[in-house]
Amino acid sequence: MSNNIVSRLKRKKIEEVLEAGTRMDGRDLNDFREIEVRTNFLEKSEGSAEVRIGKTHIVVGVKAGLGTPFDDTPDEGVLMCNAEYTPVAHQTWEPGPPPHGAIELARVVDRGLRSAEILNMEDLGLVSGEKVYIVFVDLYVLNWDGNLIDACGLGALAALKGAEIPVFKVSKKNEVSETDKTQKLELRCEPIPITIYKIGKHFILDATADEEEVADGRLTVTLDENNNVTTLQKAGPVGFTVDEIKKCINIAEEKAAEIRSQAVASE
Amino acid sequence: MSKSKTKAKTKTKRKSRKKKFERVDGRKADELRPVKIETGVIPNADGSAYIEMGRNKIIAGVYGPREMHPKRLSKPHRGVLRVRYHMAPFSVDPRRSPAPSRRDTEIGMVMTDALEPALFLERYPRSVIDVYVEIIQADGGTRCASVNAAAVALVDAGIPMKDLVASCAAGKMEDHIVLDLGDYEDKKGQADVPVAYMPKLEEVTLLQMDGILTTDETVEAVELAIEGCKQVYEVQREALKKKYGMDEEDTAEDAEESEESGEEPAESEEEDK
Repeated sequence: MSNNIVSRLKRKKIEEVLEAGTRMDGRDLNDFREIEVRTNFLEKSEGSAEVRIGKTHIVVGVKAGLGTPFDDTPDEGVLMCNAEYTPVAHQTWEPGPPPHGAIELARVVDRGLRSAEILNMEDLGLVSGEKVYIVFVDLYVLNWDGNLIDACGLGALAALKGAEIPVFKVSKKNEVSETDKTQKLELRCEPIPITIYKIGKHFILDATADEEEVADGRLTVTLDENNNVTTLQKAGPVGFTVDEIKKCINIAEEKAAEIRSQAVASE
Repeated sequence: MSKSKTKAKTKTKRKSRKKKFERVDGRKADELRPVKIETGVIPNADGSAYIEMGRNKIIAGVYGPREMHPKRLSKPHRGVLRVRYHMAPFSVDPRRSPAPSRRDTEIGMVMTDALEPALFLERYPRSVIDVYVEIIQADGGTRCASVNAAAVALVDAGIPMKDLVASCAAGKMEDHIVLDLGDYEDKKGQADVPVAYMPKLEEVTLLQMDGILTTDETVEAVELAIEGCKQVYEVQREALKKKYGMDEEDTAEDAEESEESGEEPAESEEEDK
């Protein structure tokens, strides 16, 4: 991924330090930067979370409303993730259509939640084929310093955990009307993505923007609280051997519980 | 209890009564769907391939290396591989919009990452290699079938490669780890693990997964998928040998030469055309 002379120099330095078993900022290879989580700090969204991992800063908003179900699942609600790379987040980010990275980010976080079946979608159905709950999870990147998938996965979980969605009444004639009540979203599991970055023969967690820029590739492993794998996503123009894949899954297994425990507001 | 888990339970019960696990199309757990690959199907393209994998029907075409447009996307010290994955509106039921979806974009990305490790992009500064993949009919596992066709199309275009890239998925269906999920299994199954693999370099270049698997099952699925990739690899080689009329020895020699000297194995093939 190193594109120019500066990043090749960066890569050399970063690799030198990794060789000595540490990182540019003094962390161990498997250490995260300090994580700060704040939840339900927005009044107008059904659930919200703000996550800071080092200088990476993201906000997640959960909005729930009425919509029509997909044709092939007429009785099920809809959970949707969208990611926004805001131009304030980095000097190289511009306004415009979502770049590939934003699309991948949204889809990997989305798969992490949906394939883990975090919500009972049938509970979110109202009138078969016509009206269901749609839960939007919007991932908003405000400052980029690497490791967005883990930050957004953690933020999405924290926001959904605290979310209270409006209750809709369904009459006998199948008319849907609003009530002034709200209800907590019931989560059935707590999936957390852990992204392992490969730099040369080294594997590190929670890469900074610099480390991400020079990394050869990455593998994201999303695990629920029983350490079931719910998502894998490999990226980057390199291959992984089977042993490397096993190693990454092990690293993720060791780390997921610790990161999951952060999915509540930190003191 | 989750819906699919409950479903899986009831199916397991039914299965235990039957006492035998059967796949919907009668395949064995580790059996691929029939794979057919043909090269040089698009005369205008520099290289192309057509694949049928089950009922998937997919065409891949390669243009390049050629000048990059728009120029700002080119890189001064290396070439760029660009993969566009696109599904025809009539490839699925119901009809889909021809506009590229977020899914298409993501698959294009992971395919790029799957194929790039096999190329020598540092040889083509300021240039682009465009790979266009059109799904004519989809039957589950389109991204794997697309990688298979694209890899053969790249060879057909005479682009030197470190290895072929072969791809196949494994997954979990009715509590069994099975190879190469078809459309039905893809939708009803408990997990899907698409893998792309370079058999000579023994490296996995595409790895995704969705569903629920234990870590052991995940590794089992990856290993089974790799076995599938090795079978696909043979079909890819056959397709290339058929077009370029080389026997086993020539292919092996050429491949070795290309590894050592970085010489282009397809150069001689090009002359044959």
